[in-house]
Amino acid sequence: MSASFRTITELARSLRAREISAERATTDCLARIAERNPSINAYITVLADQALAQARQADAELGRGQDRGPLHGVPVSLKDIIDLEGVPTTAASNVRAGHVARRDSVTAARLRQAGAVLLGKTNLHEFAFGTTNEDSAFGPVRHPLDPNRSPGGSSGGSAAAVMDGMGYASIGTDTGGSVRIPSAACGLVGLKPSLGEVPLEGVVPLSSTMDHVGPICRSVADAGIVFDALRGRAEQRATREMKGLRIGVLRGYFTSLLDAHVASAFEATCASLSAGGATLDEVEIPHAGDIAPIYLHIVLSEAAALHAKTLENHAEHYTPNVRIRLEMGRYILAEDYVRALRGREVLIEQVDAALRGRDALLLPSLAVPAVKLGAATIKIGGVEEPVRNITLRLTQLFNITGHPAITIPCGATTDGLPVGAQLVGSRGKTDDLLSVAQAAEALIRPNVR
Amino acid sequence: MTIKTWLEAAIQDAERRNLTGLRSLLETLARSTSALRSADWNFDATGEPVHTHTPDVR
Repeated sequence: MSASFRTITELARSLRAREISAERATTDCLARIAERNPSINAYITVLADQALAQARQADAELGRGQDRGPLHGVPVSLKDIIDLEGVPTTAASNVRAGHVARRDSVTAARLRQAGAVLLGKTNLHEFAFGTTNEDSAFGPVRHPLDPNRSPGGSSGGSAAAVMDGMGYASIGTDTGGSVRIPSAACGLVGLKPSLGEVPLEGVVPLSSTMDHVGPICRSVADAGIVFDALRGRAEQRATREMKGLRIGVLRGYFTSLLDAHVASAFEATCASLSAGGATLDEVEIPHAGDIAPIYLHIVLSEAAALHAKTLENHAEHYTPNVRIRLEMGRYILAEDYVRALRGREVLIEQVDAALRGRDALLLPSLAVPAVKLGAATIKIGGVEEPVRNITLRLTQLFNITGHPAITIPCGATTDGLPVGAQLVGSRGKTDDLLSVAQAAEALIRPNVR
Repeated sequence: MTIKTWLEAAIQDAERRNLTGLRSLLETLARSTSALRSADWNFDATGEPVHTHTPDVR
């Protein structure tokens, strides 16, 4: 296996043992990008020269004992909605033609501070407003296991890049599941931290009260390393075992519409955690049926407010599907937006209540495996469901409420398409969630082919 | 504004702007707004509870 498929943890160890240089690790990733990106379309911009210069600087610093931490010399990418000084931030839209970022986003600045090597900017669903990556001014991203399928979105280029060895991690954004959905579809770990833990300065907004920045990685430990860099401080996280942990399993709404393979992998996950000594019980969100209406009225209103001026002046520059959804938001009445905000408070109370006395909540991450490109609906439980609804179904709640959530790989379909399980923690306690997820990962890993 | 009145006005405006693809989305949005308005956690100025709403737990 190519070195570019290893974890950050493994690469960091090898860099310090002088078994590999940051320059070599970067060269490997760039070679992989040159080989695979023409067919996968994960990257919009590749910064080969800058990345190699950063890698050489990292090697020099590590050589003289100046160690910035576990991301030092590690090649990563950024979703092309996050500003990097001197580089276009396209948001995968022709609306942004000619844009060049004047300064680094907080995210980019913190990655530089941590010594990361920035390989380039990854493709996405235009303005992060979709879950398949099909609507991009730069063309769709294709799933590394099946070019006829979507890697999920909106951070689909990020997930495809990490899955396919074109970087050790990628930074995505998550407004309804846009880190967790592609991570689940690509067999990766995706973390949405608590609301507000990672600053949004320098990130093109979609929904100002639900946007999050988060990492897409190959392990929970790696997600913790990148999360530490993004929030600007490292924490010593407790090492936990599954034995004695109390996990609330969300059922009803959350398990009633699942692909059979996803359902099977999820039940196997529950069994593994239980066998590992966790106490699992079932827990409800009484108003789960209101999640989609609440989410829709918030996201559409906030996105429309952000895009109204551009829709008036340059509507033709949007992809048709994204434009029409943004236009839909302009018709929502203020009273209905306020109702949705009241609904948010109710859901926050109910998720808090579900977590009371428990270490985490558990549910599937994505109701279906990677979807076929071009599909508007998908048949599940004998019913045709819109792809957008079914892909957002299990993740959007925690963007409404701001609770931290992480997806970890938990199995695969008979066709080898990955399936993810999602763990949810208490607000402001992302470190605790990472500790629980690491314990779960150790038990679930044997189920992942 | 009732949802029916709102939907008629929205569709009329969308058609005036040649946004023909918007009609079905507005109809979907109207159903979603109806669910939002009937939720039992809504405020009622009379102090009476909003009619009991059984969430769709499908």
